[in-house]
Amino acid sequence: MADLITWVTSPTFIAYATLVGVVFMALQISAAVMVYAERKVAAFMQQRLGPTRVGPHGLLQPIADVVKLFFKEELRPKAADALLFTMAPIISVTTAFLAFGPVPFGAATTFFGLLPEPMALMIADVNVAVLVIFAVASMGVYGIVLAGWASNSKYSLLGGLRSSAQMISYELAYGMSLATVVMFAGSMSLVEIVDLQQGYWFGVIPKWYIFIQPVAFFVFACAGIAETNRAPFDFPEAEQELVAGYHTEYSSMRFAMFFMAEYINMVTVSAVAVNLFLGGWHGPFIPPEYGWIWFLIKLAFLLFCYLWLRWTLPRFRYDQLMSFGWKVLLPLATVNLLLTAAGVLYFGL
Amino acid sequence: MGSDALLFYAFAGAAVLGSLLVVTQKNPVYSVLALIASFFGLSGLYVLLEAPFVAVVQIIIYAGAIMVLFLFVVMLLNVPREDAAEWDRAHPLYRPMAVRIGGALAVLLALELAWALSRTAGLGVGVADGHPAVSSVAELGRVLFTDYMFAFEVTSILIIAAMVGAVILAKKEK
Repeated sequence: MADLITWVTSPTFIAYATLVGVVFMALQISAAVMVYAERKVAAFMQQRLGPTRVGPHGLLQPIADVVKLFFKEELRPKAADALLFTMAPIISVTTAFLAFGPVPFGAATTFFGLLPEPMALMIADVNVAVLVIFAVASMGVYGIVLAGWASNSKYSLLGGLRSSAQMISYELAYGMSLATVVMFAGSMSLVEIVDLQQGYWFGVIPKWYIFIQPVAFFVFACAGIAETNRAPFDFPEAEQELVAGYHTEYSSMRFAMFFMAEYINMVTVSAVAVNLFLGGWHGPFIPPEYGWIWFLIKLAFLLFCYLWLRWTLPRFRYDQLMSFGWKVLLPLATVNLLLTAAGVLYFGL
Repeated sequence: MGSDALLFYAFAGAAVLGSLLVVTQKNPVYSVLALIASFFGLSGLYVLLEAPFVAVVQIIIYAGAIMVLFLFVVMLLNVPREDAAEWDRAHPLYRPMAVRIGGALAVLLALELAWALSRTAGLGVGVADGHPAVSSVAELGRVLFTDYMFAFEVTSILIIAAMVGAVILAKKEK
């Protein structure tokens, strides 16, 4: 018992517990911030103003949105499957939070000497981190599929079916692009992969994997957008065809949980992309102790690209999505994987 | 009881309970979900055996890919709930026959289990001594392509044969 008390009151434990709380809160807040950013960027692209009424420049709009969602009535169709209808949003949001667990977002730090030993800026250091993120992310589809089935409505069911077909098609290419980077780096730990991208070629070009593996990055980006159900691959909720797809019958906080899951998944995919391809927290001018600033800048840029793509590209047709996944992305990823394997074997990189 | 043993019983219990729910549920969607829960229990057991790679692959391939396909098919075909009344109306031969065959298989399984348990009575939970845990991916790959090459290749031929068969079956319907 005494051991337990000393362990719980040790600075390292308190620091880790705080970190878990901070990341949990930051992910939730990021969803609210993304909703605001989404509306502002959309308005900017369409030469509108976007939200302006609540607070200066509409800055308090996300808070108003959250309050509205809290106080709306929760509806459930009579013919819906009560248990799975309730569980679906919980599965969605839980997997979204879980997937961020093994993602590092900064170099080890002592917080200005507060801690006796440096601590890694990540929740869980797993030696097969890349695979764990992939596994947890692939669980997220159950939330959508079950929501579609349990709602007992034809639009929801179509959204759920489309989602599962889309996930199966894009997961292979996604995994292949991850495998390419893992093979090139010779490690599955994200911290090691990030540290391998330190330094510069000719003193100018940073040694990021995006320059060595542009094809893998392209495949990863496409599959990542498809996995997070964002435009131009947002078929599960294609509003012009399916009302709102899998969350047609949802309201109030249950609906908000699906929304939160979508935005958190975007953050996770972007964070993984920053770690795998954009050199993680390494960058010029900022001392390594504050590497998380670089990480946030790169993350914000990728998230902006998400919004940029949504308001620039029209949605694919469904059969185009399928043939793009199976006939373009998958062969591209496979050839890239084989070539990289041959290169690694021949040059012993 | 150590924490390892406690975790073992928790995961093993989840796996067994999940498998029981698979066969007792009347709604096929619930069966699929119970099977996923059972896979998670198995994955936990792999972690206890110090094989995190196998544990994660178990989740990715079975829970993440194959079960999504199962769920997809169950939902697409809209498989109806099994009703007890319908089962009773089945051909009179089926019921006693199914009970007999099932009973024989259950006895066989129980005997095998008893035999296996009698041989490992002295061993504790966890990795047996003398067998180093295969935790590194590189080591696993090396072993797979050297010592177990034959089994690995035969399995891949089996999978390709199944794939070709599935394509041919699907084409015939047109």
